[in-house]
Order: sequence, then C-alpha cells, then structure tokens
Amino acid sequence: MADAAVGKDKCGEQRLVSLPLSRIRVIMKSSPEVSSINQEALVLTAKATELFVQYLATCSYRHGSGKAKKALTYSDLASTAEDSETLQFLTDILPKKILASKYLKMLKEKREEEEEENDGEESDIGEVLA
Amino acid sequence: MAERPEDLNLPNAVITRIIKEALPDGVNISKEARSAISRAASVFVLYATSCANNFAMKGKRKTLNASDVLSAMEEMEFQRFVTPLKEALEAYRREQKGKKEASEQKKKDKDKKTDSEEQDKSREEDDEDEERLDEEEQNEEEEVDN
Repeated sequence: MADAAVGKDKCGEQRLVSLPLSRIRVIMKSSPEVSSINQEALVLTAKATELFVQYLATCSYRHGSGKAKKALTYSDLASTAEDSETLQFLTDILPKKILASKYLKMLKEKREEEEEENDGEESDIGEVLA
Repeated sequence: MAERPEDLNLPNAVITRIIKEALPDGVNISKEARSAISRAASVFVLYATSCANNFAMKGKRKTLNASDVLSAMEEMEFQRFVTPLKEALEAYRREQKGKKEASEQKKKDKDKKTDSEEQDKSREEDDEDEERLDEEEQNEEEEVDN
C-alpha cells in the first residue's frame, strides 16, 4: 500500500508527515499578525518543511566541496546559501566562517585606513596650533 | 538572528532522518551541519507563514488555509514543492474523509443493533444499552477531534 505522497515510519504505519505538527504550529504562531491556522495549512507547512530540508541537504551536498570526502559540512551549507538566489533568506543565519586570524587582519587593515585619513586632519590641526 | 527558545526548534532525530534519506548512503553529516539545517528549517517555517499570511490578508481572511501555503511556495520560488504538496493535500483529504465515514458507519451499525435488541429486551436492559452507546459515542468524538 505504499504511496508516493505518503511517508513511512519505523512502526510501519503510513504517515503523511514526520515532523510534529504541534511544534510546527508553535513556530507558525510566533509570527506576528497570524491569528489562526487551518489544519490543512498546518499539514502542508509541515510537509513543505520536510521537502525544504531534503532540498537544502541535497543542494548543499552537490554544490559544496564536502562531496569529495563524502561528507556534508557547515561550509557547504553556507556557500550554497550565498550562491543560491532561492536560499538568500538563509544568509543571515548561515554566515560563512573565516579564520579568526584573517578577521583580525581585516580589522587591522581597516583601522590603518582610518588612521591615514585621520593623520591628514591631525596634521592640519598641528599646523594651526604650531 | 538572536537566540531562540527551544520550542522553536524542530526535533533533531526527525531532521537527521530526513537528511539521511535525502543523501546518498554513507555520507557523513557533521553535527554543525545538522544543527544549521534544523535552524534553517525553522526560519523556513517563519518565512512561509509570513508569506502565506499575506495571501490570507489579501483575501480578507483571518485563517491561513491550504491555498495560502501553496501560493506562498510559489512566491518564495519553491515551485518545485507545489506538485508534491498538492498530492499530499489530496492524500490528507482522502484520509480525513475515510476517518469520518468510518466513524459514521460505526455509529449507524450500533444504532441498528440497538433498535433490534430493544424489541427483545426488558426496560432495565434497555437502559444499560443506552449507557454503553453514550460512552462509545463519547469515545468516537474524541477520536475525531484528534
């Protein structure tokens, strides 16, 4: 009795969605301006989320460099989010990571640039005071 | 985004299973990747809900319905989800219809049985039957709500 639209679970029961509807509802209700949610909308949102998880995982695996090692890593996800138009909404929560040393270097370079600009101003003041 | 309370997260075990079923066998998924996908899924729900709600408001409705969710998917550029979602919706509706018909049929059968028995039994026994029937009806109502 296997049906393409219906998922299966360990007990052998046929289940439409595996994600718990109660949890999905909690997340949906946390959205402002949402008053009530019809049961069908809840089921479809849960199902859509499952499809999304599958999509994100497979896309990231194919797109990322972890594929060579047969692994899915965080950086695969971050780079996929950045490169995909559809997944742009994830870039805030899946930022690309850089080494701390590289970040500190960037900060230092930025400060040096700002100091150069300030030096220009200071010398003017210096001349005035002198 | 700031920290979120536990309630807005989806269960790890289910998320992990969905990921594993989607990827080829033997692929290792780092803990960090798993946790990131889980967070992304929660964000997806929020985004989809907000989008669907816009459609509901356009239709001057306060309750989100199935078509709002489907419209949201298109709006979010997840058209690829629309067909499987429509299939899932059909399956869900059939399931609900089946449940309803099954419980209505049960009720009908019991009514028939009680009618034929009433003719044979004495009044005391009639009362007992009615009590049992009421209890069973209550049970059925509980099932339908679930």
